[in-house]
Amino acid sequence: MSHAATVHMLWTTASVSPDKIPSPDIEYGQLAPTLIVLGAAIVGVLIEALLPRRHRYAAQLFVSVVALAAAFAAVLGLAAGDYGTTKARIAAMGAIAVDGPALFLEGTILLVALVAVFTFAERRLDPAAHGNRVDSFAAQPAAVPGGEAEQAAVKAGFTTTEVFPLVLFAVGGMLVFPAANDLLTLFVALEVFSLPLYVLCALARRHRMLSQEAAVKYFLLGAFSSAFLLFGIALLYGYAGTVTYAGIADVVDGQVGDITPALAGTMGNDALLLIGGAMVLMGLLFKIGAVPFHMWTPDVYQGAPTPVTGFMAAATKVAAFGALLRLLYVVLPGLRWDWRPVMWGVAIVTMLGGAIVAVTQTDVKRLLAYSSIAHAGFILAGVIATTPDGISSVLFYLAAYSFVTLGAFSVVTLVRDAGGEATHLSKWAGLGRRSPLVAAVFAVFLLAFAGIPLTSGFAGKFAVFKAAADGGAGALVVIGVISSAIAAFFYIRVIVLMFFSEPRTEGPSVAVPSPLTSAAIAIGVVVTIVLGVAPQYFLDLAGQAGVFVR
Amino acid sequence: MNPVNYLYLSALLFTIGAAGVLIRRNAIVLFMCVELMLNACNLAFVTFSRMHGNLDGQIIAFFTMVVAAAEVVVGLAIIVTVFRSRHSASVDDASLMKL
Repeated sequence: MSHAATVHMLWTTASVSPDKIPSPDIEYGQLAPTLIVLGAAIVGVLIEALLPRRHRYAAQLFVSVVALAAAFAAVLGLAAGDYGTTKARIAAMGAIAVDGPALFLEGTILLVALVAVFTFAERRLDPAAHGNRVDSFAAQPAAVPGGEAEQAAVKAGFTTTEVFPLVLFAVGGMLVFPAANDLLTLFVALEVFSLPLYVLCALARRHRMLSQEAAVKYFLLGAFSSAFLLFGIALLYGYAGTVTYAGIADVVDGQVGDITPALAGTMGNDALLLIGGAMVLMGLLFKIGAVPFHMWTPDVYQGAPTPVTGFMAAATKVAAFGALLRLLYVVLPGLRWDWRPVMWGVAIVTMLGGAIVAVTQTDVKRLLAYSSIAHAGFILAGVIATTPDGISSVLFYLAAYSFVTLGAFSVVTLVRDAGGEATHLSKWAGLGRRSPLVAAVFAVFLLAFAGIPLTSGFAGKFAVFKAAADGGAGALVVIGVISSAIAAFFYIRVIVLMFFSEPRTEGPSVAVPSPLTSAAIAIGVVVTIVLGVAPQYFLDLAGQAGVFVR
Repeated sequence: MNPVNYLYLSALLFTIGAAGVLIRRNAIVLFMCVELMLNACNLAFVTFSRMHGNLDGQIIAFFTMVVAAAEVVVGLAIIVTVFRSRHSASVDDASLMKL
């Protein structure tokens, strides 16, 4: 009876004074970039459901491009409205930060996604099947490879236009990830961008077994790592009694106002904080692809359809480094002396491990995967600097690196033989004699990866290493330069292979792309050269954007 | 009962799940172990919520359940596709890309 009375009391008190629960207050204008992209993704799903097959490709491409461009315009609008500097704030009831780093990274992700969508939409590289132009994605992903259902789907000219909404959902998650201002939003954003990527990996038209294998590996390891991230979040929540970044930082610094008895008990327990922080870091380092959490990278990069690999390599890295920066600089600055030695170790093994293992690779996609691991190490050197210069140099490096990566993978889609893309390095021998332009463009990207002056790679590496040296990580810079030299060896080796060896008679041919892929590659080259020749404007931009709101 | 005991249970479940992912070889079992890890997280969230006397942890548990359900949708789709093309769900068989 008394139990029923208390329950009744709960209901009546709640209905008597409804004002006690404040209604949430969402700043739709400041969240516009994310909302536009997610809204367009839902429109994309509706297009799949309602439009006839023959109209879907054009409609999806139109919706994706318009949405990404509109979202980028919204980011520019917010930046012009000083939300990146003086009016930086925390929106959506404390869930999402609107500040310089968030806007800079969101702008980068949106531009990268826009260029990536061009490569997704490419339909001239594969030979037409039964008179239908086809893209890099399976006719019917659910059909068994080589089975009757697949042949029927190919004959009917089916294409997987679902890739466009999937990309938009992934981009939506990536936009939230570096801006997340509490750990729950961080986790949800991580899953929102990971789940579409798992599916995208499984959709290749050629080498479908390889593609499915990549997807299953990526999925199982990704789910494993996100479980670690979630347990870390649980421990941090237990430590601080809150999941907001500012709240946890206050408890870490011991600046919390009223200490409840429960909080007094848990905040004295450093095991919760240290283990929780380490597990959250682990989850983020997995997404970054830092050694020792890099095992998935080469297999997934090799197996996934090449446009997806390019998108994933560029955009995921930008989003994950944004989240890592915010976590280390906003939540755990009080723990600096604990995480710095660990991150030193991770950065060193990542730089050296990526560069050394890359030397032995014989497949161009695996080579680029290991090179991306080495680059993750270089960026980590900037993260460790713990200075404002560290933040801005990382932002600049991410912007520069993502366009080089996207361009390089777009070039990989062009070099083909009868079995699809010819990714084995031996087939690239003499490419410079056969198609000098494509080889020269690829050489530009490789030189940028290697960090040769007058490319964006040099400006980025210089900024990151300078910040690290100023931040007291001189030894790290020495190791970084050594591993850059090792990395330069295998980049130059590919250039030598392309230009100074005899072309093989049965070698691959270079497909003539449509304007879509040509545009993607051209944008990559232009950004690489411009950021290399005149980096100052963009360095200043990154410098202005380098302050986190708390 | 002291709520800390639930934390020990949660850590134990998480460890069993993690060990299962590392030891077992069937993709479906691996995936079940990951789900066990997520549920261990839920138990920790709810326990901490009770200790701190705020509701954040209980709400997060709901989010975790929804995320886990979404993960099941994507994960089972991928695993079933692989099973249909290989007639095996063993992760040791998925080794086309070994060097």
